[in-house]
Amino acid sequence: MSRLAQSQYHETFDINLGPQHPATHGVLRVKLTMDGEYIVKAEPVLGYIHRMHEKMGENRTWAKFLPNPSRMDYLSAMSYNHGHVALVERAAGIEVPERAEYLRVIMVELNRVQSHLLWFGAFLLDLGGFTPLLYAFDDRERILDLLESVTGSRLTYCYFRFGGVYNDLDDEESFKTGTKEFIARLRSRMPMYHNLVTKNIILRKRLEGIGPVSADMCRRYGATGPVLRGSGVQFDIRKNEPYSAYPDFDFDIPVYEEGDSMARYMVRMDEIEQSMRIIEQALDKLPEGPVKAEKVPKMIKPPKNDYYFAVEAARGTFSLRAVSDGTNTPYRLKIRSPTYSNLSLFEEASKGMLLADALAFMGSLDLVIPEIDR
Amino acid sequence: MEEFLRIITYIVCISAFVGANLAWLGWVERKGAGRLQRRTALKEVGPFGLLQPLADGLKLMSKQLHVPRDADRPLYMLAPVIAMVPMIMTFVVIPFNEGLVPRDFNMGLLVIFAFAALSVLALLLGGWASRNKYALISASRAVSQNIAYEIPMLLTAITVVMATGTMNLTEIVNQQAGTIIKWNFLRLDNSILMPVSFLIFFVCSVAETNRAPFDLGEAESELIAGFHTEYSGMGFGLFMMAEYGYILIGCCFTTILFLGGWHCPFGFYPGIHWFLIKTYFLIWVIVWIRWTFPRVTVWGLLNLSWMYLIPAALFNLILTGAFLKVF
Repeated sequence: MSRLAQSQYHETFDINLGPQHPATHGVLRVKLTMDGEYIVKAEPVLGYIHRMHEKMGENRTWAKFLPNPSRMDYLSAMSYNHGHVALVERAAGIEVPERAEYLRVIMVELNRVQSHLLWFGAFLLDLGGFTPLLYAFDDRERILDLLESVTGSRLTYCYFRFGGVYNDLDDEESFKTGTKEFIARLRSRMPMYHNLVTKNIILRKRLEGIGPVSADMCRRYGATGPVLRGSGVQFDIRKNEPYSAYPDFDFDIPVYEEGDSMARYMVRMDEIEQSMRIIEQALDKLPEGPVKAEKVPKMIKPPKNDYYFAVEAARGTFSLRAVSDGTNTPYRLKIRSPTYSNLSLFEEASKGMLLADALAFMGSLDLVIPEIDR
Repeated sequence: MEEFLRIITYIVCISAFVGANLAWLGWVERKGAGRLQRRTALKEVGPFGLLQPLADGLKLMSKQLHVPRDADRPLYMLAPVIAMVPMIMTFVVIPFNEGLVPRDFNMGLLVIFAFAALSVLALLLGGWASRNKYALISASRAVSQNIAYEIPMLLTAITVVMATGTMNLTEIVNQQAGTIIKWNFLRLDNSILMPVSFLIFFVCSVAETNRAPFDLGEAESELIAGFHTEYSGMGFGLFMMAEYGYILIGCCFTTILFLGGWHCPFGFYPGIHWFLIKTYFLIWVIVWIRWTFPRVTVWGLLNLSWMYLIPAALFNLILTGAFLKVF
């Protein structure tokens, strides 16, 4: 608690952060009880863009739900697609050709780099530095061009299909060289980002020691992804519950012990490098062969059972649980989105924080509001 | 009659100079930001987007001046005016060149500080009267920030006054006549900390104008738009222009006190062009700083002033006194 809040005379006031506020990057509303500039209580109010994705999943066929996951988290749409198709493949017992798995991994990792780059820019914008945003967008734009050349869309992809991907690479050579050029370019720019941004004294003062999140707090609220790895827990679905083609690749899980905003920042910056490593290996090892399974039933009717699949999205563990009653629609589709859990620790962690620090902390959680509300 | 004409001429010239600067400093900033961010910035309205300020002004003037229902109406309307008027008043004592000063006043330095200090009143009134919690937080931040940075600024100005022995701005500039080593920021014979003094003064003038990285008053990602959240149209426009006005004053003032006013660094052809070159260079530095650094926190800001700048300024003051006594 702040010194002010402990004193005998104090008067609190309520303030609404959002639903329209430049710092929340979406329609998130946080009811703040403030004591001067200190936060006594911060209560996130959700649901402003609830679109009933779970219900939509329950009253349409499995295949018709394909475009939906990418609308939840529009910044790591590939991972969401991947989670959904992998769940259905597990349920219906569809084998995916190896080339398709490799393509999926490449796309997902490109998407992850893109998501982290955007977060980097937007986070710095939260901290009042406008310029890095445009540099990050410059890099991100090139990823979007690459993804567009393969998938046809730039933001809300629907590239994966049950049993493979929608289409093979049109021009494998040009995609490979383009991606490698991009990786070389981003690699050469990362030192610049670190020199200009990470080493900036104002940034370090604003991030180091701010918003400490302990591993225990992460466990209680179910926080995953960079938030958890920034608190010293080495947990990544790609390593802990390997899926798709991830076991074939050699990559590290960046972990930082401090648990402050700086640790989360560093985890994401390091993950960009790790993702680029995965992409490089996947491009080198990309096998020949079909990109779609031979026999995928037109109407998918998984046997009566409970199915679960988890993937590592850019913001943490994204998992789906489907209960099938043997018909062509799921009986129940439960979606677990990572930032919903990551945001839930905001209330406890932001107690006694300055408003400015709390917003920096919120930025370091990397919130995507449509994904919280689903 | 001659005196009357002189006054009229100065009023017209100063208004034109200030007005043009307020309009096109915004253009300079946006173009500068574009340069630093590897984008083109303004280019549609007129050549190089030079007519953009006029288009913006026209747009702002055509907008409704909305007053929130619960706002304190008279104060709400008064605040932007209070932001503008003292800013223009300070130009009365600024010497642009030898003899080119509306009123060569013995207390010129004091006049500038007195009027510039009124700027915080405008922020406070604007924040208070608009009856918005974000605006109020911003206003209270702006006040504590202005108080914290006025002190080291005054202390460094006093060292200059001690070294030159006058508060007349023309006299202060004339004492720096000659090449660059005669300028106050390199006058190590007055105090070996004079360059530090210059830095403190410049940092404070950036902080006084509520500019990034000290723009806590209008921290966009925290307080939306700060004290002018509720202002629309020209109410907002006046606050914006006042901000640029104070940047202009801060840079003119720094040029006069530390950078030798209209004197050439190499000692030939002194004149108004040197004054303007130095002033606009400082303005460019401020733009550059703004688009380079993230924002500091409230504590970071206040600590910088109370823990580093004020002790350093005080020490420098004492050192200057000692130097003047000894040499």
